[in-house]
Amino acid sequence: MVALNCAELSTREINRALAELPNGSTVSITDPQGRHNLAVGLHNQVAITIEGNAGYFIGGLCDGPEIVVNGFVGWSAGENLMSGIVRVRGNASESTGASSHGGLVIVEGDASSRTGISLKGGTIAVAGDVGHMSGFMAQAGTILIGGDAGEGLGDSLYEAIIYVGGAFRSLGADAQVEELTESDIERVQQLIEQTGFDHINPQNVKRVGSARTLYNFSAVAGHAY
Amino acid sequence: MCGIVGLHLKSPGLYPQLGARLSEMLLAMSERGPDSAGIAIYEEGLPEGSFRYSLRAPGPGYDWAAMTQRLDWAAAIRPVADDAVLTAPGNPVAVLERLADQAPELRVFSYGNTMEVYKDVGDPTAICDRYGIAQRSGYQGLGHTRMATESAVTTDHSHPFAAAADLCLVHNGSFSNHATIRRRLADEGVVCTTDNDSEVAARFIAYHMARGDDLGAALRKVLAEFDGFFTLLVAARDQFAVVRDTFACKPAVIAEAPDFVAMASEYRALAGLPGIEEADVFEPMPEEIHIWSR
Repeated sequence: MVALNCAELSTREINRALAELPNGSTVSITDPQGRHNLAVGLHNQVAITIEGNAGYFIGGLCDGPEIVVNGFVGWSAGENLMSGIVRVRGNASESTGASSHGGLVIVEGDASSRTGISLKGGTIAVAGDVGHMSGFMAQAGTILIGGDAGEGLGDSLYEAIIYVGGAFRSLGADAQVEELTESDIERVQQLIEQTGFDHINPQNVKRVGSARTLYNFSAVAGHAY
Repeated sequence: MCGIVGLHLKSPGLYPQLGARLSEMLLAMSERGPDSAGIAIYEEGLPEGSFRYSLRAPGPGYDWAAMTQRLDWAAAIRPVADDAVLTAPGNPVAVLERLADQAPELRVFSYGNTMEVYKDVGDPTAICDRYGIAQRSGYQGLGHTRMATESAVTTDHSHPFAAAADLCLVHNGSFSNHATIRRRLADEGVVCTTDNDSEVAARFIAYHMARGDDLGAALRKVLAEFDGFFTLLVAARDQFAVVRDTFACKPAVIAEAPDFVAMASEYRALAGLPGIEEADVFEPMPEEIHIWSR
């Protein structure tokens, strides 16, 4: 077990030390005190535990590691994740998993607004609620929400799919509730097994997808003016 | 980007630590706004009917003793670095008029029974050191580190903006319709001293409170009339309030503990507070108005 203490090391020193570890290493990062940019841009298969509350961009740009935060995190956890897992034991602030291309971002508490904004193929699972404009312009990938969603869910969605266990305040432009298929139920069940979110009933989630009315420019739309 | 911090102490046992804690919080937010900084400190001690006036000298080496001798009325002056706090009894309107008349070279940042404001351009660490913020006691305070986006980097454009007795505000964000609201306020006789957008919000709140609104009602009017991005931290003599705009694009974290309420742009400014582990740490939702009163 490698131990890295934020009180003694700069963020760059920590990320450099993490990047140099051989695959299979386990690391504990202590005293994060809300520090930003911990465990970012890593390409190795390492298991990292952050012991405490962390700041912005935790696990961002990573391609491989499994990261657990024993605390809450600030904005954009797992931003632009390529592969691997970022698991947050507490709550997450805004833009969780923004633009992630792959991998899995798990939030065991609530996540704030713009969760999964511009998602590009990654998977985000939130046990609790998410804030407004979650899934905004999400292009590909999956968002599973165990609790409720705020206003404007799935606004301007492309091909990403959102599953909501609870209620949503409102749907965004071009988002619609779609019929839940067997493959949806399988996908949600698989995510429940991966995350441990067994409070979610896969038969009872709402599937939100794109109505695709914004995909093409409509010449007729101009006639209103 | 800017950084804002605030501390509202519930337990008098913490009052001696106010300045030390507030300056630590502010310095943790220096990266969010390295061009200027400002602090408001609220401290009891003056009798009712007396007010403190935070004054800016026209330049270094200003002779405060000579200035007070020149005044033909009872006022005490306490120099703080190049600036000073003048204490005087009586109606603030009359005192401000006399100051403008007898010491027109001075600028008044703020006035209040308990509130003092310190602000300047430059590195927040140097500013806190210069005004001895860490040594100050008090029951609440707020601070701002600025990264200017819409008006000049000068002391007058720095936060906090004080617009009435014991009332001041710090802002992270930018208002897009401040010119319209500034003109509307001007029609009502309310004059802004800078072209800064945040000053308009401070004057707007003061204007509505002078007409009978409580702080909550004035902040609801801010939500209704101001367009743009904002996380606002507003303090009155006995109140401490946080509000975010509809989109909540500007960050805010609140920590509520038995002994204090603390607010900052980012959690790292709160991480060092004693008892933070037991505090309820949460993010205020868009359009929510949070007010704490003593």
